[in-house]
Amino acid sequence: MHRSILLSAAARYLMPLMLVFSVFLLIRGHNEVGGGFVGGLVATSALMLYAIALSPAALRKLLPVEPHLLVSAGLISALVSGLIPMLAGKPFMTGLWLKYPIPVIGKVGTPLLFDTGVYLVVIGVVTWILLTLAEE
Amino acid sequence: MIALPILLPLLFGALCLMAWQNPRWQKAFSLLGTAAQFGAAIWLLIRVQQNGIQHLQVGNWPAPFGIVLVVDLLSAIMVTVAAAVALVVAAYSQAAIDSPRVQYGYYPLFFFLLMGVNGAFITGDLFNLYVWFEVMLMSSFVMLALGGERPQIEGAIKYVILNLLSSTLFLSALGLLYNLAGTLNMADLALRLPGLETGNQITLIAMLFLVAFGIKSAIFPLFFWLPASYHTPPVTITALFSGLLTKVGVYALFRVFTLLFVQDTAYTHTILLIIAGFTMVTGVFGAAAQTDLRRLLSFHIISQIGYLLMGLGMFSQPALAASIYFMVHVILAKTSLFLVAGIVEKMEGSYNLKELGGIYSTRFGVALLFLLPALSLAGLPPLSGFFAKLALVVAGFDLHQYAIVAVGLGVSLMTLYSMTKIWNEAFWKEPKDPIRHAKHKPISSWLWASTAVLVFISLLAGLLAEPLLNLANQAAAQLADPSIYIQAVLGVAP
Repeated sequence: MHRSILLSAAARYLMPLMLVFSVFLLIRGHNEVGGGFVGGLVATSALMLYAIALSPAALRKLLPVEPHLLVSAGLISALVSGLIPMLAGKPFMTGLWLKYPIPVIGKVGTPLLFDTGVYLVVIGVVTWILLTLAEE
Repeated sequence: MIALPILLPLLFGALCLMAWQNPRWQKAFSLLGTAAQFGAAIWLLIRVQQNGIQHLQVGNWPAPFGIVLVVDLLSAIMVTVAAAVALVVAAYSQAAIDSPRVQYGYYPLFFFLLMGVNGAFITGDLFNLYVWFEVMLMSSFVMLALGGERPQIEGAIKYVILNLLSSTLFLSALGLLYNLAGTLNMADLALRLPGLETGNQITLIAMLFLVAFGIKSAIFPLFFWLPASYHTPPVTITALFSGLLTKVGVYALFRVFTLLFVQDTAYTHTILLIIAGFTMVTGVFGAAAQTDLRRLLSFHIISQIGYLLMGLGMFSQPALAASIYFMVHVILAKTSLFLVAGIVEKMEGSYNLKELGGIYSTRFGVALLFLLPALSLAGLPPLSGFFAKLALVVAGFDLHQYAIVAVGLGVSLMTLYSMTKIWNEAFWKEPKDPIRHAKHKPISSWLWASTAVLVFISLLAGLLAEPLLNLANQAAAQLADPSIYIQAVLGVAP
């Protein structure tokens, strides 16, 4: 397949920007538009842009872990976010928040951990599916 | 911690995903996870039996607003039986599932399916029930199609399309119900529905639920997807599905038609009773025409669903108790039969009754493993099926429902005929090809040991009929009086 130089040059710059934006969406998501699901989709489209501009194999090389590990890690962090409040004697999945917001990130609590889990699962699943399709 | 039956499969499913390239670890996790789940289920059952209905307000959001998990005795019994089946099937899978299927994620899917099943059993919120149904549907769809053989894909497509139709109906019914009552929390609905001046709307919604759950549980005339798809995947997967999936549909019917839609029982429950009769009869006649072992057993799933509905349709405490005991019996017996069918196929290389034969003379043990659950299904004493049917018949006589009792007894005879047919063809008659029969392959000890354990549990269910029926009776007492459920979840008396 013919590769476009413009696209591959743009992809190298766009991908990091989109990844940063996806994290922004993730953190913003609790009370405003955004969240783990949307963030995950934006991150995946960044990865896919890279795969289209270069090649699926290049993306495989770029990814530090296999997609299924992302899914697994996401599920476990969502599970852990539900279990943490139980250590404090609260029911499963109760939202616990730090008292003071952290600069830049804002309020941090177990719902953010849950959302991070969703973020990872979405990236893992969608990348997994698309890479499999692209490599067929 | 009553959420354990959901959390354990989630954890072990995630662990199996992590060990994607390492089938040995996945196999170890599958045994460990199902064993832990079985332990948790037993603990939950004991706790509910001693302390009454348990509930958990997830996220500390109080009952009608947040999602609640509620475990009453019926839920606890279902979770326990499902966990027993899962443990046995996990052991059976060690030898029965080929390595390509393991590489494509059999074990993670297995756990996600269990998570969906358990979630459906213990949720106290109708919308949440829908979500668990979807979790179950997606995992079971992939499990059906796993391996990608041509008949599998065909079966899986039929399965997923009809089940999606059911989900759509379920969702529409949820919308209508929410519009009517302003809540989807089951306890809250049970509290509000009797007070609503709505004419026939509730009955209409009840019928939508009946069709939606009816497709899931394969009742007459909505069962066509089941015989079209259940014989296509490896028999281990069919065994798991037969033990769990349709029973979740029946459980959902039990839940909504004892807790929510009890305003016009003369209408709704009579329909249930009529459907029960037709389901029994069509299932057993469908089975009589089959010569493929798996197809024959698949049709029997349908016929047994009829008995479960029969108790619900009669709607008295003894009838409900009988149905709950019947559910335990049929899950154990049916899954055992499928597992034995798998062993037969491994030995003789066929499911076709015409080609099989002579197993009794060479493999007495396997013949016995088949005979016990088969006779139990047909309802011979002292096996569990006999007590289950006896309890149903007695409850039917008490309510003067002679017609359905007659149908039930007639279908029981037909079941005996079917089982005798399998026995004659596969086990008793001279093998068609004696040379091939003589050199049958050795059977992995995982296969026969796990099947033997399940058959043994099924035997126990017959020997311990009295304590089990007592337990079922306590569960039925909770179902018969919705105010117990409402009181436990919302803390107010209706």
